[in-house]
Order: sequence, then C-alpha cells, then structure tokens
Amino acid sequence: MGAELVQLSGIHKVYNAGQPNEIEVLHGLDLRIRQGEFAALIGPSGSGKSTLLNVLGLLERASAGEYVLAGQTVSALDDDGLTRLRRDTLGFVFQFHHLLPAFSAEENVTMPARVRDGVVTPQARARARELLDAVGLAHAMDRTPAQLSGGMQQRVAIARALMLQPALVLADEPTGNLDTASSNEVFGLMRRIHDEVGTSFLVVTHDPRLAGRCDRIIELVDGRIDRDGPTSVSASPSSST
Amino acid sequence: MTKALPLAFEFSVALRFLREGRFQSLLIIVGVAAGVAVVAYISALVTGLQTNTLNKTLGAQAHIVISPPDERVAPAWPVAPGERHASDTQARAQRLRTIANWPAVDAAMSRRAGISAVSPMTAGAALARRGEATRAIALTGVDLARYDRIVNLREKLVAGSFRIGPGEAIVGKTLAEDLGVRVGDRITLSTDSRSDSVRINGMVDLGIKDLNRRVVIVPQRSAQSLLDLTGGATQIDLRVNDVWAAQALAASLARELPCKVESWQDVNTQLVTALNAQSISTTLIRSVVMVVVVLGIASVLVVSVVQKQREIGILRAMGAQRSQILRVFLIQGGMVGLLGSVLGTGIAVAMIKVFTTFVRGADGLPLFSITLPPETALQTMAMALAAGLLAAVAPARRAARMDPAQAIRM
Repeated sequence: MGAELVQLSGIHKVYNAGQPNEIEVLHGLDLRIRQGEFAALIGPSGSGKSTLLNVLGLLERASAGEYVLAGQTVSALDDDGLTRLRRDTLGFVFQFHHLLPAFSAEENVTMPARVRDGVVTPQARARARELLDAVGLAHAMDRTPAQLSGGMQQRVAIARALMLQPALVLADEPTGNLDTASSNEVFGLMRRIHDEVGTSFLVVTHDPRLAGRCDRIIELVDGRIDRDGPTSVSASPSSST
Repeated sequence: MTKALPLAFEFSVALRFLREGRFQSLLIIVGVAAGVAVVAYISALVTGLQTNTLNKTLGAQAHIVISPPDERVAPAWPVAPGERHASDTQARAQRLRTIANWPAVDAAMSRRAGISAVSPMTAGAALARRGEATRAIALTGVDLARYDRIVNLREKLVAGSFRIGPGEAIVGKTLAEDLGVRVGDRITLSTDSRSDSVRINGMVDLGIKDLNRRVVIVPQRSAQSLLDLTGGATQIDLRVNDVWAAQALAASLARELPCKVESWQDVNTQLVTALNAQSISTTLIRSVVMVVVVLGIASVLVVSVVQKQREIGILRAMGAQRSQILRVFLIQGGMVGLLGSVLGTGIAVAMIKVFTTFVRGADGLPLFSITLPPETALQTMAMALAAGLLAAVAPARRAARMDPAQAIRM
C-alpha cells in the first residue's frame, strides 16, 4: 500500500445550522485511505454516504474536523484552491452517469482537459481515445450520450473520471442504474483499471455482491463508521444493505 | 502544452449550450434582432427626417446673421446702484443703418475658423412696380457669387441666367407672376427717396412662397444707392461648418463685436424645439427597446441556468472555477446580443430599402433620403452587445454561485 491519500479526523457535517430543522449527518468521522486502495462504502439509505462522498470530493465543506487530501489541508483552501485540488486529484463517477448531453463521448472525456487548459491538445485527444478504447467504446466516441446505452454512458463517465490521471476516483453508486450484466461489466472495468494503473477507488454501493469484490469495506450507519476492514475479514457481505 | 486562447473553454461551452437550446436561442436572437432593427430604423428615419428638414430650412437662410445693434433710448437720468426710479420711455424706431466698419468685420469673419462662407448684404424695404401693380419687396443687395455660397442660390434658379450687372435683378418667381413679368422685362424699384428701373435677368424658387413673393436681388451697389446707404452693409451672412455649433459661435461673436448676432436657432426656435422633441422621443424609444431586449435575454438565460443546473454541477466537479462558469453565461448573453444585432441591422437595412422604394411623394421621388450610417449601425451593435452582457450578469452570477453538490443531486 502506498502513502496516505485521505485523512479524515473528527469530521462533522451539519445542515441548516442554527435553524429549527438543523440536522447533523456525520458525527465525528475518522477515516484513512491509502494510495492504491479499492474500497467500498456501504450503509443504509440516510446513513450519510453521499454526504461523506461530497465532503471527500470537495463538493461540500465539513462543518468541523480536519481533512487532509493528498497532503493538503482542505480547510485552509479557498474556493478556487478547492476547485484546483479537486481537478488535479479526484475523478467522479455518478449514479446517473451525468455526461454533458451537448457533447460527444470523446468531447465528454476530454472535458476535464478543456476545463483545465482551455483547449484540447492533441495529446489530450490521444489520451481520451486510449481511455475510450480501454473501456471498449472506441467505435462510439462520436456519439452523443443520448445515442449510448446506460452501461456505455457509465463507461464514458469512467473514462472521463480518469482523464487527468486522478489519484482517487469517487464513484457514487456507479452501477445503481444498470442491469446485472452492465453492472458487472462496469465494475469489472474499474477493478481492471485499479489493478493495471493503481488508481485508488472509493465506490459507494448498495449491492453486497459488488462490495464483496472490493479489497476493503467501510460501513456507515447513522453518520458513524460502524465497520471498517478487509473484505475477507468482514464475514458475509449479505448483512449490509 | 499548446497555449490556449483566452476564454477558449468558456467560448466552446457557451457556443455548445446555445446550440443545444436551439429553439430558445433562435427565439431570443430573433427577439433581439427585432429590437435592434426598430432602434436602427427609427434612428435612421429620424436622422434622415432631421437632415432633410434642416437642409430645407437652412438652404434658404444664413446660419448666422450679423446686424447693427438695436438703437436704444439712453436713460435721461443716471441711475445709481440700489436706487429705483420710475420712467416711461417709448422705444426708438429702428432706422436702417449700416454695420460700423463692416469691411473689417467681413475680413475678420473670413479668416475665422469654423466659418465656411461670408457674405455682406445691403438690404431694406422697397416697392416694385410695373404698370398698375405694386408690391412690397425685400430689396437684397449682394455680391452674387458670395451670396451663392451662403444659400446655394444658383441651384434655385428656375429661369434666366445667374448673373446680375448694374441695372439688373433676380426676382422670386411668385413676385414675377404677381407683376406679370418674364426674364428680360423691366420693373421699377422705389424707396422713400429714390427710384430706379431694373431689367429682370433671372428668377429663383427659394422653396418658401412668402420669400418668393418678396425677394429681389440686385448688386450691392445698386441697393446701397436705392436705400441711401452709400458704402454701407446692413447685415453680414455667415455659413458655418457645423450647423449645431452655430448658436455657440453666435454667442461668442456677440461678445466680440459691437453688433447683434443671431444664429439660425435663434430665428427658428420652434423648429429647434421640434427637432429636440424628436431627438428625445428617439432616445426614449431606444431606451425602452433596450430595456425590453435586456429583459428578454435575461429571462431566457435564467431559464437556461435552471435547465443546465446539473451540467454546471458536473463542470464544477471536473474542476471548473466559479469564474469560468460565470463567463460561460456572460458569453452566451454577449453572443445572443451580437448575433441578434447583426441580424437586426440586416432587417433595418431591408426596411430602409423598402421605405425609400415604396414611400414616395406626390412627385414620385422619395420623400427624403434615409440611410443607415455605419457609425449608427456600429453604435446599435455595441448597444446590443452591452445589453446581452448586462442581461447575463444576474443569471451568470446565479450559475457561478451554485453549490456543485446540490447541482449534481438535481
């Protein structure tokens, strides 16, 4: 295992602070993720998985606690710094693929480079083609998202997440919207990329079978880490839904 | 890494967003075009109308007239400051007088910047007689070549030749009809003291019937002797380069010269009022249309921001800064404004073409010429671009402020 990539200490997240409907979703979380891990984040609905993922993904700030991502203390960064760190360190795969409908598959994959550099360089285009080839979509790179099946869209999203060679990919129920065959295919793809390139993955999933194929399972219950350990140790995966 | 053009990301995304919302974009661009067309057309029409009115009015009169000061009754008793006293004096009758030292004034005016022509004149009231008919006339003694530069008299000649020697005259065409004379006939001109017979050498149509009924143009020397003002000039006419600067120039001349100086604006106050009212109306229409255009673009962009919420969230997750998102929407507004203004200018040009082709006076000629000056077109385009950017400010800020986590969840 590599160096510490993510260090969360005493993370709290409170919504509607100071108002009658104030609600605390995360209650003092401690979590470490090392470079090269392939971890599953499981837990019942409302346990705070998405909130944790948003905090990890720098899409939301924690209300209290310390978060160090790739050696940078997140609370010390302003919005632009946060955005830069997110761009350079993280990749996202969402449940509803979230491709940009106005752009082709290839343009969606090169978009992170366009955001960063303003233009798509020939090198960036070559990398996008390589990635699309790796996810088995070399033949479909000119199609728009509407012309792709759900599984294909999710594979494009994975290629996009990998475009800028992130250290960590955060996947929020990447197979939640897919049939079993596509699910297996998409999950297998992430696994393969992890094994070949060494990119770290944190996958939120409801599917115990998929969680069982990860190296580590982190279970969240009511905003606290209930269980955290290697897959082999954590008994039968069927207990978590 | 190749160097990116500034705003390359923003432009590419803005363009794609506009293309994606094809129907919406088209509608609002047409809306902007309609606004721009109205503004450009009205501007061209009013400018044409005003130019035409001014040309007609100023074609027959000097821009500035210098004349001797009015004679006033000097107070019989000096009034000390702060002291009041009642008196009743009858105003003096204004005699026909010459401008003191007028050749010097003439020379000074000819040298002055901003003045394109100077023509001294000796003019006064007289009678024209032929047989039983007598008409009151405005006897005008000028150097014909110099006077022509003030009022373009040569273009207004309708009969005879443009030339007057001693004993010759050019008369208004209505006066000629009234007296029943033709070119070559003689009429008698008489004043209080003198009388002379002149031969009619030409007839002019000054465009205003009242002037045509009264004008008689003779060499300045003839007028001087008829009016008993040997060597004198009763007024000096000036033509200036910029007609709208005439009033300011007249005011400064009035301070420098011991004379009465009147600009065309002083003489035609009603016309000036009418022209100003027109200009204000045009500005008002432009402002209202501009507001409508801004609101139109803004409303479409607000809707677009709401529709694109998720995409904005994705772009933010991919590392787009708030400022980049802000610019994406500002550029959309600017593009809508610019495209609309190009289209609108085209429509305005077409409308002007239609106007000049189909709207004609009784004589079959266009009523007056209207064109869209390039600077007006550019100004209108700049206005539309500014309107687009302005309209985009609020929606763009809204898009940039959006919380990425929330935007993605939508």
